[in-house]
Amino acid sequence: MTDPLALLGDWLLNLLAQLNLPPGLRQVILYLLGVSVIATVALVITIFNTWLERKIAARIQDRLGPNRVGPWGLLQPIADAIKMLTKEDTTPAAADKVAYNIAPILAVVSVLLIWAVIPFTSQWFGTQLNVAVLYIAAVGSFGVLAVLMAGWSSNNKYALLGAFRAVSQLISYEVPLFLSLLIPVLLARSMDISVIVEKQATLLEMYVVAAPLAALLFFISSVAEVGRTPFDLLEAESEIVAGYHIEYSGFKFGMFQAGEFMHTFTIAALTALLFLGGWQGPGVAQAPILGLFYFMGKSFAVYFVTMWMRSTLPRIRIDHMQALNWKILVPIALTLLMLTPIVDYFTKDLGVLFSAFGGALTLSWRFAALLLTNILVTLAAIEAVRRNAKRNFVERSRFPERPVARPPREEAA
Amino acid sequence: MHNSWLFIGIFILVAGVFPALPIILFHIFGPKRQTPEKLETYECGMETVGQTWVQFKVQYYIYALIFLVFDVEIIFLYPWAVAFDKLPLLGVAAGVLFIFLLADGLWYAWQKGALEWS
Repeated sequence: MTDPLALLGDWLLNLLAQLNLPPGLRQVILYLLGVSVIATVALVITIFNTWLERKIAARIQDRLGPNRVGPWGLLQPIADAIKMLTKEDTTPAAADKVAYNIAPILAVVSVLLIWAVIPFTSQWFGTQLNVAVLYIAAVGSFGVLAVLMAGWSSNNKYALLGAFRAVSQLISYEVPLFLSLLIPVLLARSMDISVIVEKQATLLEMYVVAAPLAALLFFISSVAEVGRTPFDLLEAESEIVAGYHIEYSGFKFGMFQAGEFMHTFTIAALTALLFLGGWQGPGVAQAPILGLFYFMGKSFAVYFVTMWMRSTLPRIRIDHMQALNWKILVPIALTLLMLTPIVDYFTKDLGVLFSAFGGALTLSWRFAALLLTNILVTLAAIEAVRRNAKRNFVERSRFPERPVARPPREEAA
Repeated sequence: MHNSWLFIGIFILVAGVFPALPIILFHIFGPKRQTPEKLETYECGMETVGQTWVQFKVQYYIYALIFLVFDVEIIFLYPWAVAFDKLPLLGVAAGVLFIFLLADGLWYAWQKGALEWS
């Protein structure tokens, strides 16, 4: 089966060869085209997702959602973009002009750069870095910088408060995010995402089987990293108006929103790649293009869960948010990270536990042991949280009762 | 020859242009009828009082400190995670001990009350 993109690439190469350009320049032009295609794909998916998200949130809340502009309201994002163009571009007089204007661009750049290393199929990817996971960690974490720049440069107290909250949340949740990102690296012995995907060849070889708890940690902490409900304290409308982007209007505000939507889909794609096997699926070896459908299917399935969470869960309190991170997620991640290499080291040569359907369902001893470790850590964590809650409950009820305000006694005449 | 870092470099440039383009278009085509009132700081219609860049809650700073310790040390774990199965048992044990010391640091911060939001 011929690969349409490879065909297009060959045609382009021939075209460029006829132009007699120096080889260095030819490569730069080719890369420029490839990069533009990837960035456009990311942006188109984002634009589509703004519609999808409103539609699904509406259905969950028993509404219809956008249905006026175009068939099923499909042209709504375009109408939104035109509306944003007609808004007035204001920079507050008190703002720090340079940082204020760079922040919305940086918010998108930090997310878009992750797409450079995402493999869509076994053949289609931007580039194959041998340190891709580290690259994602590095690039993803400078979105924090955009938030801080926006909040600080707006010279607005609500914006600054929003930025403080945002930065404390984003950097806190980066810790369990990076720790759980280590688990697929440990299991695959590689930081290259393509290699990590290749190792998850069959259904029971997906890392969600070997490390379900790590997948859950990664998912929760990346949802917090995006700042979506239930972790949307950074833009709590009822408390700090809109948080760090309160002063932004029109497309500058739109860029923060676009960055958020793109980031949400990006984390869904990363979860699909690192834990759900990315483009792996039946028949991929014969027709690599099928991989695109598997990858997108898995990504949108994870994306649907984030939308579901967004339209179901209420916002959590800031002290609960920090306690969840530092007292539950980080200790679990550290425990898992201590046990996983030990279990892996001793079970790596043990071979196959069982195999069925001609090797389509193959569970090795290694994965079974890792799964058992994950289940035990989960049970231990639940038990620890339960005991802690019980102890706190007893301690709190031992406090003396607060004095109650009583109506003033009538003074004796 | 495929050069990954050249690709990433070009990607950074293009990724900067993509969001900058609509913002520039918006700046050119958007209406401009600015008045001094419009350019004031928006704090729900109240006039802003005093400096914005004031002292903030110290807890934010403490979280940042704990984060810094973790973030720097996690980066050291990535090369170890790639190569741990080729190491002798002692190498694996050393890595696990390193993570244990990290966990110990978290426990210390917890007991010191650095994680309480009050």
